[in-house]
This record gives sequence, C-alpha cells and structure tokens, in this order.
Amino acid sequence: MTSHTQFGLANPFDTPERKAFRETIQNFVATEIRPYAHEWDEAGQVPWELHEKLGALGVFGFGIDEKYGGLGFEDPFMRSDYAVTMAMCGAGGVAAALGARSISTDPIQKLASEDIKLRVLPEILSGRKGGSLGITEPGGGSDVAALTTTARQEGEEWVLNGSKTFITGGMESDYFVIAARTGGPGLTGISLFFVEADAPGFTRTPLAKKMGWWASNQATLYFDECRVPAGNLMGQKDYGFLQIVNNFNYERLGLVGCALGMMKVCLEDSIEWAQERHTFGKPLIKHQVIRHKIADMSAKIDAVQSNLWIMCAQIDAGNMPVAEICKAKFAATKALEFCASEAMQILGGAGYLRGNRIENVYREVKVIAIGGGSEEIMKDLAMRQMGL
Amino acid sequence: MKVLVPVKRVLDYNVKARVKPDQSGVDLSNVKMSMNPFDEIAVEEAVRLQEAGTATETIVVSIGPAKAQETIRTGLAMGMDRGVHVQTDEDLEPLAIAKILKAVAEAEGADLIVMGKQAIDNDYGATGGMLAALLGWPIGSAANSIALDGGALSVVKEVDGGLQTVKLQMPALVTADLRLNEPRYASLPNIMKAKRKPIDAKTPADFGVDTTPRLKTLKVTEPAAREAGIKVEDAAALVDKLKNEAGVI
Ligand SMILES: Cc1cc2nc3c(=O)[nH]c(=O)nc-3n(C[C@H](O)[C@H](O)[C@H](O)COP(=O)(O)OP(=O)(O)OC[C@H]3O[C@@H](n4cnc5c(N)ncnc54)[C@H](O)[C@@H]3O)c2cc1C
Repeated sequence: MTSHTQFGLANPFDTPERKAFRETIQNFVATEIRPYAHEWDEAGQVPWELHEKLGALGVFGFGIDEKYGGLGFEDPFMRSDYAVTMAMCGAGGVAAALGARSISTDPIQKLASEDIKLRVLPEILSGRKGGSLGITEPGGGSDVAALTTTARQEGEEWVLNGSKTFITGGMESDYFVIAARTGGPGLTGISLFFVEADAPGFTRTPLAKKMGWWASNQATLYFDECRVPAGNLMGQKDYGFLQIVNNFNYERLGLVGCALGMMKVCLEDSIEWAQERHTFGKPLIKHQVIRHKIADMSAKIDAVQSNLWIMCAQIDAGNMPVAEICKAKFAATKALEFCASEAMQILGGAGYLRGNRIENVYREVKVIAIGGGSEEIMKDLAMRQMGL
Repeated sequence: MKVLVPVKRVLDYNVKARVKPDQSGVDLSNVKMSMNPFDEIAVEEAVRLQEAGTATETIVVSIGPAKAQETIRTGLAMGMDRGVHVQTDEDLEPLAIAKILKAVAEAEGADLIVMGKQAIDNDYGATGGMLAALLGWPIGSAANSIALDGGALSVVKEVDGGLQTVKLQMPALVTADLRLNEPRYASLPNIMKAKRKPIDAKTPADFGVDTTPRLKTLKVTEPAAREAGIKVEDAAALVDKLKNEAGVI
C-alpha cells in the first residue's frame, strides 16, 4: 500500500504514453516481482519465465528496429522510468538479471551481420534468450585499452584466446559480444565478435559469492582456441570497440536511473518506518535529527531526478550529453551512498536484517558505483570530455 | 458481434484512501488513479473475444472528467478498438450512469456488454443490474467464465455453495468477477498504438439524460481504527473469550 499523497517533482516532459508505460511497469513490478524478489535473490536466480513476460511488454526493444523485434523508436524517458522502477523491486540483482541483455543488443544491432541480427535479436528482445557483453578481463576492467584477449583469422574463421570476467548473465546467455585484440596495442586494435555459447573452445564458470546482485549471475568466460565464423566479426576490424563507445551512454544513463530508484527506496522505506516506529514517546519522524535525514535524502533525490530529466530531454532532442552523463553517474552514486547509509540508520537494527529493501540497497551501492564505469573513471572521462 | 465495455476511473487499489477534512468524501487530489480492477477484467474478456474472432468490434466507454480519457486509453492499450468518452465533472450516481450507458449501447448497436461487477470506490455494485433492466437484456452477474454457444451466452457464476451456469439470449450483459480472467499488462507497442485509436467525445446532454442526483451524502468517515488483538493460551481460553467477552457463541 503506498501512502496517500504523492510528493516529488513532476516531469515537465511527461506524455500520456510515458505515464501509461511507467504505470504499467509499476504495476508489473508490484504484482509480478516485488512479492518474490527477496526469495529469488536468496535463491540466486530469477525464473526464466520472467524474462519472457517482461520481453512481451517491449521493455528490451528501445532503439532497436521493428524488423529485429524492437520497438522501432527510442525514448530515454521511458528507459529511465523502467530503470528507476525496476531498481525499486526489492532486489537489484533481479533487475540486473533481466536487463543485462540490453548492453549486448545495441552493439549487435549496430555492428552484427544482417543474418545474425535477424536471427538473434528477436530471441533476445522477447526474453527467450539472454545476451551479454564481455569487455572486462581478470587483468582489469577500467583500462579497456590494455585488454589481452586475442583473435586471429584462420581461413573462414576467427580464433579467440583469453578470458573475460564479471560478465553479467554470462552463465545463462546464449549470445555474447566479446571484445578481443586483433591489432596493435591501445583502443585501436580491439575488435568485437559475436560468440555463441556452443562455439567450440568456449567454456564458462560462475563467479564466487558476491556482496550483492545475488539474483543475477556473473561469469568468467574462457576462450581456448575458440572458433567462430568469419562473419561473426562485428563492425570494422580493429575499430569495433571505438564504434560502440557511444552505446555506453545509455548503460550509464540506465545506472543513473537505477541509483535514483534505489534512493527512492531509501526515502520510501525510511518514511514508512519513521512514521510507525516510536522512540522516547513519539514517532521517529517527529525527532528533528530524523526529519533532517529524510529532508536531505529527499533533496538529493530531487537533484538527481531533475538532472536525469534534463539529460533525457537533451538526448530526445538528438544531442547526447556525454560529459554530463559521466558526471551524473558519479553524482548519483555518491548521493545513493548517502541515502543508503541514512536509511539504514533510520531503520536501525531492523534495517540490518535480510529481506528488507534497505539492507539490499546498502549492499548494492558499490556495484552501481563501480560497474559500467567506476566513479574514478567517470570523473576522468568527464574532465576529458570537457576538454581538460 | 459488438462488445461494449464501460470503465471507471477510481482511486488506485494500492493507495490508502483518506477522507477529506470536511467529511464530504474521499480526497482525490494528487493521488494515483487507475482503471477499476473489475473493469480491467471486463476489458480483458472483450479483447479475448476479439482475439478468438467472436467479437468484431470492441468499444470502451467511460463517463467522467477529462482525465477519464486516460482510463479509456488504458483500455485501448490493452487492445480495445476505440473509445467513447462522455465527459462530465459531476459525480454521477449508478442510475444516471446506467441511463447514459443504455443510450451509448443503443447508439453503438452493442450486442454484448461486459462490465465490472462493482467499482472499488463506492462499491455500489448497482450499475450492471440497472443497465440490464433499462435495456431489457438478460444479465449474467459476477461471472466466473463465459462462453458463446450458438446465439446464446452461457455464464458460469459463483453462488453460495457452488457454481451456477445460466444461459442468456443475446443481446446480453455480463458483470465480471475477479476470477473471470487475469488481465494482461499493456505492452509498450500497444500503448503507442492506443495513441492513434479514436475516442468519441460526448456529454450526458448528447443523450438527453437527466443526471440530477437522487442521493445525498451526509458524511464520509474513516473506518474505526482496529484495536490490537491478543494471543490466548489455548483453545479453552479462546472458547471462554468468545462466549463470555465477545458473546458470539
Ligand atoms: C556485479 C558486476 C557486474 C559486472 N558486469 C559486467 C559485464 O556484464 N560486462 C563487463 O564487461 N564488465 C562487467 N563488470 C565489470 C566492471 O565493468 C568493472 O568492474 C569495472 O569496469 C572496473 O574494473 P575493475 O573491476 O577491473 O577495476 P580496475 O580497473 O582494476 O580498477 C580498480 C580501482 O581503481 C580505480 N582506477 C582504475 N584506473 C584508475 C585511474 N587511472 N585513476 C584513478 N583510479 C583508477 C577504479 O576506479 C577502481 O576503483 C561488472 C562488475 C560487477 C562488479
């Protein structure tokens, strides 16, 4: 049951369709996910059926052509509302398990052969199959230019050697986009390959226990003379990675939305608890210290939310704010860190118990602050984007 | 077969209702409103009839303020063909609603009306029965399942102690119970398509219906707060309390 009054800013760019989509996803999450999220998180898996139910709603198809099973249009606001709402479902790992495919589908549409696109995109977007993007290696994630997985051409095939790690969805995905070195050192020299899970020489193992995102799996992928057809080279040889750097903007925008959703969880659950819980003769929410914590959280939410809307409006107008997205990502994760900590204080011991959303959010702050470009790397990239 | 589904915009079932300070009604300012859940079931049933090739056209109608259009769009996004919006800012009573719906059904030449058995705001549960009576149509109320066979509609409904099947001659009216089906979520492509589906704009005056209220709300109050319960030691203590304190056995 949600509280009676809805406070918070109203999106000046809202449309009836955005509202209808947002409310549909909210209803879906409230009915189909929230009641089970904790259970799935503890079990380390979401039922595959859920991928298909969500896929049927069209949520994985933004920016993808209709002939590949996509929506045929882009809407950064809807993407963000989806990210925010999913992040409020009670377990971030559930959202990660379902959404991981999105970082693979944009590169596939952009660079894969027509055959591959027609065959696999409808499968991934409908939720029948999973897709993953593999960039990070055991040797490092931030310094992509230093990656060491290699690919060499042999007749009608490419032969991959090396390994990838932290690959979200990697244990269940059938389709992978893998970055491998085909040329000299540096960012030029890195190509992308479409690799299927049944390719000879491909194996995978799950990552050990993690701090959070339990409902999603992360895999280490091994390529041992792994052979794929020549047509699986995606885009231009040696330039594949550079060709998809723009796709990370949407991933980061999604992570800003995710951080915002988690902050909203902190606010919602703090208010609910502070109204119920009595200490020293009055409800917690009547104590000034607690009121200030809630006011601070609420103000940070407004700031992240406003920033997100303005960025979405700019993207909608055809102008990707690359530096601002980097800044928004670390600003959001810092604000999230604050909210998670304050919410945990407000809930006290109850917040420390598994099975409540605050405990989950608190454990999952860092994956948002590190994954998809860490805070440090985002600051550096923002400075470079600003020409400094 | 033309199917008409009336829908009502109500306080979202997930929102805690709050009474206005002057006790004149429930405070609806700034709260989430949605389609009445029973009406969603009615919409789903109509869309299924169309998908099965039984219905040739599905029309969703709502009587209410400008915002009721949103509720109609929800029905269109679930798959209904087109909408009729009878715009009024008055809070109409079931009889006035039934009269307007009768006029809409006649104007549209509807063969079947599927509607919620009640709206979760007022819980009157009256409109369906009144509408069937005004039209002179048979009614299958609180339907659990419906099936068309020949020119008749068989409706299974829940009654005390079991299920009852009634056979209705068409045209007919069915009110939906919770178990009739599980309504779908509108997919994003269908939400976008709904934007282009037509909605006819009407007013109660277009149908010459007198909407003068016949009921007067004296006051609306919060239900009494529930007292915390107690735990009893054993069955004997429970029986004792029920007998001597609650006086119910
Ligand atoms: C749960 C989870 C899911 C993930 N999913 C995927 C996935 O699906 N696909 C994928 O490819 N990767 C994935 N990753 C990997 C993620 O992208 C990397 O963890 C991230 O890019 C950082 O790389 P790293 O962990 O190797 O840290 P490193 O690159 O080793 O960096 C370690 C620390 O040093 C900092 N640092 C690095 N360089 C500098 C510098 N120049 N100046 C200052 N500080 C610096 C970093 O910010 C970081 O804090 C996932 C990670 C996690 C935790």
